[in-house]
Amino acid sequence: MGNWTTVCAVDDIPPNSGRCALVGTHQVAVFRVRRTNKDEFYALDNHDPFSGANVLSRGIVGTVDDKLVVASPVYKQHFCLQTGACLEEDIDLTTWAVRVTGHAVQLAP
Amino acid sequence: MSTKQVVVVGNGMVGHHFVEQLRAADKDCGITVIGAEPRPAYDRVHLSEVFAGKPPEALALTSREHYMELGIDCHLGDPVAALDPAQHTVTTAGGHTFSYDKLVLATGSYPFVPPIEGGDRHECLTYRTIDDLGAIKAEAASSRIGVVVGGGLLGLECANALKNLGLETHVVEFAPGLMGVQLDEGGSQVLGRQIESLGVQVHTRKATQQITDGQDCRLSMRFADETALETDLIVFSAGIRPQDQLARDSGLEVGERGGIVIDYHCRTSDSDIYAIGECALFGGRIFGLVAPGYRMAEAAVSQLAGAPVAFTGADMSTKLKLLGVDVGSIGDAHGNADGAMAYVYSDPRAQVYKRLVVSEDSKTLLGAVLVGDCEDYDALLQYYLNAIELPAQPEALIVPGTAGTPALGAAALPASATICSCHNVSKGAISAAFDNGFGNLAAIKAETKASTGCGGCAALLKSVVDEQLSCRGMAVNTDICEHFPYTRHELFHLVRVGDIHSFDALLAAHGSGLGCDICKPAVASILASCWNDYVLQDAHHGLQDTNDRYLANMQKNGTYSIVPRVAAGEITPDKLIVLGEVARDYNLYTKITGGQRIDLFGARSEQLPAIWERLIAAGFETGHAYAKALRTVKSCVGSTWCRYGVLDSVGMAIRIENRYKGLRAPHKLKSAVSGCTRECAEAQSKDFGVIATESGWNLYVCGNGGMKPRHADLFATDLNDEQLVQIIDRFLMFYVRTADRLQRTSVWLENLEGGLEYLKQVIIEDSLGICAQLEEDMQRIVDTYQCEWKTTVQNPRKVRQFAHFVNSDQGDNAVQFERERGQVKPLVPAAEAPHSENILVTG
Repeated sequence: MGNWTTVCAVDDIPPNSGRCALVGTHQVAVFRVRRTNKDEFYALDNHDPFSGANVLSRGIVGTVDDKLVVASPVYKQHFCLQTGACLEEDIDLTTWAVRVTGHAVQLAP
Repeated sequence: MSTKQVVVVGNGMVGHHFVEQLRAADKDCGITVIGAEPRPAYDRVHLSEVFAGKPPEALALTSREHYMELGIDCHLGDPVAALDPAQHTVTTAGGHTFSYDKLVLATGSYPFVPPIEGGDRHECLTYRTIDDLGAIKAEAASSRIGVVVGGGLLGLECANALKNLGLETHVVEFAPGLMGVQLDEGGSQVLGRQIESLGVQVHTRKATQQITDGQDCRLSMRFADETALETDLIVFSAGIRPQDQLARDSGLEVGERGGIVIDYHCRTSDSDIYAIGECALFGGRIFGLVAPGYRMAEAAVSQLAGAPVAFTGADMSTKLKLLGVDVGSIGDAHGNADGAMAYVYSDPRAQVYKRLVVSEDSKTLLGAVLVGDCEDYDALLQYYLNAIELPAQPEALIVPGTAGTPALGAAALPASATICSCHNVSKGAISAAFDNGFGNLAAIKAETKASTGCGGCAALLKSVVDEQLSCRGMAVNTDICEHFPYTRHELFHLVRVGDIHSFDALLAAHGSGLGCDICKPAVASILASCWNDYVLQDAHHGLQDTNDRYLANMQKNGTYSIVPRVAAGEITPDKLIVLGEVARDYNLYTKITGGQRIDLFGARSEQLPAIWERLIAAGFETGHAYAKALRTVKSCVGSTWCRYGVLDSVGMAIRIENRYKGLRAPHKLKSAVSGCTRECAEAQSKDFGVIATESGWNLYVCGNGGMKPRHADLFATDLNDEQLVQIIDRFLMFYVRTADRLQRTSVWLENLEGGLEYLKQVIIEDSLGICAQLEEDMQRIVDTYQCEWKTTVQNPRKVRQFAHFVNSDQGDNAVQFERERGQVKPLVPAAEAPHSENILVTG
């Protein structure tokens, strides 16, 4: 870790939704989840393994059985924001570390 | 039996049912159908609906093409004139001879016209075939008064038809009361009074003796009691007689009063000849209803297929609405059995009459009569059919509001209980369908056909399905998802009544957790249906499915397609050119949609705002192709150009499309307007479809194409423009309020308790008293319409959210295209590509 890249400001990501950030050549879906008036940030691959399209940042964020998930906007599979695991199939997405420094959202591999 | 040649004489409902059942049981045997009428089998039960505006073609049960596909030869419009049992041949009036191994007579019946002097005049008609309807309609056009001779079931239906045609209508009956076969005297009287209060004059105990020229009208009827009645036309509906001439002429055994005698297997006195339906006489009885005819057809098929099931008579109980009056008759309505006792309940003010006929020991129901209120029919019929022991006080079954009225639950019914008599579906068959994985009402209906005939068993079927669900521990959880313990309908009310305007507020008040991809879009849709705020407002933005969030339709490679509104499919050349220019400049794949619009594919998210700025500048609006909302109102060109058009369908389609555009609904909504009954706009396949007739608009509802097509039902007729819009307002708002999430109007209707009749009561008769509210709600949606794309392109912060990257102006470099037939298409990754000679074009 230690190799943090600033990708955007907190307010660039609307609460309870995601945006896609470009880190080198990687597309990373960054999610801002707002619970009990506090922001939490999660990041995983933007690439949807089922459709092959780079769209996971456009999915709906929510919980399924208390797991924080994003639903793929293409075929609706759910991916755990914390682990990157798909709930329906045996596939794991790469997750990224996220932190907020001041108003800056930063990512690290 | 595969090599056999089966010839079926008669192509009515029963003959058709036989043919279908036989083909299902035996794929190989030769089948020839010979029919006297020129058209293939049609639904005679709903004949009177033609007068209410239903096109005669809509009654068709089959077509020549369908028979061809089933490998059935059909020879229609040429009656069989001779039968030679010795030679095993039949010969038609047109001189064609057909050989058979097995012959099935399904010749039906003909209307009995009493031998009255003058009864053969051309103003004297009968009521049985589609051609008869045409003749009645033609004669009625120049008539003021119409008389139906015969106060039975068919006669009263016919009276309703005459009334609908605008004639002063009279019913003349020989017997002391109406529907004497099905009703006792008390029931007859109540029915007679009700029908008179609806404006049809009833004359009982009248024997017509002579028909002569009238003075004020074309005809005068003289009765045995020396009275007379003037009229312009007469329809005879004084009973049916079996069409058994062929059998008589060829020496088959016929009954004393007509009817081809059959045994338990529907065999006539010649073992190679069967007779089924209304031409057949079983146990000294003619069965003049369709359900027993179907049972005969099935018995005959089972015999031919070598696994005989006997026909042992059939239940003649009926429930129907005659001139708007509910009438039900079960079993021994007259109490003819030895020792039979009757309980009678009569409410003269409400014009309700109920009679129970029970056995001497009060334990078994023998029959029942219901007039004015048929709510108890289903339960009573089950008591009767299954000989279920009656409660200690049987009268509680018919007296309204009796404390502790023993409701006959679905659980009390034996597996053999018939739930749907049209399609002969038992409770056991429904249970079996559950075992095979059909787990909800709509699936059960599709699988078993239960409640898809007359629909009279809808409520009973639902209770059986519910009972099955609960006894299997499948107690239907109707909660929308884990975050809200409510149905969509309930959430809608919570939002409305609580004046809730955001998902967060709803979740805080009535839900738990964070929400999910089920409840968020559903609530977003409800909020939009109620308040019609801009869907990309900060509070709503994260709730929307990706299509709503990007106001475009996501395609498989993550790009979007764009469909501007082209109301009714009418577009100026200038606008068409702009679409072409935009598509060319952004290299978009262009296709005409089924809804008479133009779809532009392959736009990347960050291109959408700029494309829309150009489209808006040219006068386009968003088309909501991405939303669960009104999509298109298709139209034919209508009376403005078409030689056959009777009303301006394009104008009406534009009006409807502009009125309801932007209305968020539980699912997408499609509509169409046809300018005449040729129906070029295919309105009957839409959620709501409009067809112009000479006397105004006809509205059809709850149709759809797609995976499970459903023909729309005729809902209202002869409407002027304002009436049409008013009824659609109510209909759409009621659907928006009450449907489940992602439930199309067709499935909604199929699951609606009470079905189409109930929907008519709510929407047309305002039985719930909510129509003013529905109209007001709709008007608010109409008044607050905004083009979402216009609002979006004016808001730079919103425009920025369309960028693919939050930290770069680049597009998604993985989106790549190749070319096909002169346009782009998504590049298929090499591993999936069927061949590799593609030319790469950068997106």
